[in-house]
Amino acid sequence: MIPMIPLVTASSVAFWVCGPIAVLCALGLLLARKPVHAAISVAGVMIAIAVLYAAQDAPFLFVIQIVVYTGAILMMFLFVVMLVGVDSSDSVVETLKGHRIASTLVAIGLGILLISAVGQFTLGREPAGLAEANDAYGGNIQSLAALLFTKYVFLFEATAALLITAAVGAMLLAHGERLKKKVSQSEQLEDRVRSYAEDGVSPTPLPNSGVFARSNAISTPALLPDGSVAEKSVSRTLTMRGALVNVEELRSATNAAYAVLEARDAEIEGDDE
Amino acid sequence: MNPEGFLVLSAILFVIGLAGFLLRRNAIIAFMSIELMLNSTNLAFVGFARFHGNLEGELAAFFVMVVAAAEVVVGLAVIVAVYRARRSASVDDANLMKF
Repeated sequence: MIPMIPLVTASSVAFWVCGPIAVLCALGLLLARKPVHAAISVAGVMIAIAVLYAAQDAPFLFVIQIVVYTGAILMMFLFVVMLVGVDSSDSVVETLKGHRIASTLVAIGLGILLISAVGQFTLGREPAGLAEANDAYGGNIQSLAALLFTKYVFLFEATAALLITAAVGAMLLAHGERLKKKVSQSEQLEDRVRSYAEDGVSPTPLPNSGVFARSNAISTPALLPDGSVAEKSVSRTLTMRGALVNVEELRSATNAAYAVLEARDAEIEGDDE
Repeated sequence: MNPEGFLVLSAILFVIGLAGFLLRRNAIIAFMSIELMLNSTNLAFVGFARFHGNLEGELAAFFVMVVAAAEVVVGLAVIVAVYRARRSASVDDANLMKF
């Protein structure tokens, strides 16, 4: 005896699992207070819809839905949520009178209209299925490509123009305006020479820190030819903090070494005589 | 699975998207609601493609996705530009042309 197997296909299982998930996540979008939670629930809707595509013989759209919607578009939404501020939640003040009631009524009315319109008729037969159309060129992707690059090739070219325009438009819109005029290199040069002529400010860069046998840290001051400390060679902050290295300490080791060497030289020269 | 179920699901999602667009005042959430509406129509397209055994419905869904991607790019740039100018992402605050 053949066991009674109810006529449940994988497609209807997917529908009854993913349909409610999609609706619940969509309600999450409607009711979530924060934009981030709304974005996450939209991601849920997108994935549920992608599974429904897979259940309806559309493997290409299944992949595209996940890659383009959850991968690219939702992530871009999240980026903008980050830019615009996570806590920019909705205001509850009604700026238009009766707006909330009116829009709820419109939505419910349209819902009743659409669902009753679907309920009014039956399509009358089982779906034809895409097996035949897919096999024409050896698979879903191949058949879609054949259609896309023959019958709809000009539409495809037009989308290329659309995407380029959108990218350029987004760059223009999101580009910040420069608050000050950009100073060119020749203007910088002129400013420097003018300040030298008027205020005596040196046009050259500041001297670098001193280089000694035992230290060349930025707190080590450089010495001028007469042996005095060059004030400009160390940052003022370090000087005020008292982090300046004492030059005499650094110099004393060298001086001691030279003194020993000179004493040795004098000794040797004394022996010769 | 008969296509009527998919049509009903598509209608429900479309209505939720419409309600979200009309009710939510945050520009980003309103924009996500538009995406939801586009997706629900895609679902109907794919359902009809399977019903008629014709791939053109799937291709229509594909083109809707391409246009939606372009629209998202421009729309989010507009939201960022408005936010920069007015320090707010609420659609109620951009009311210079309000009568």
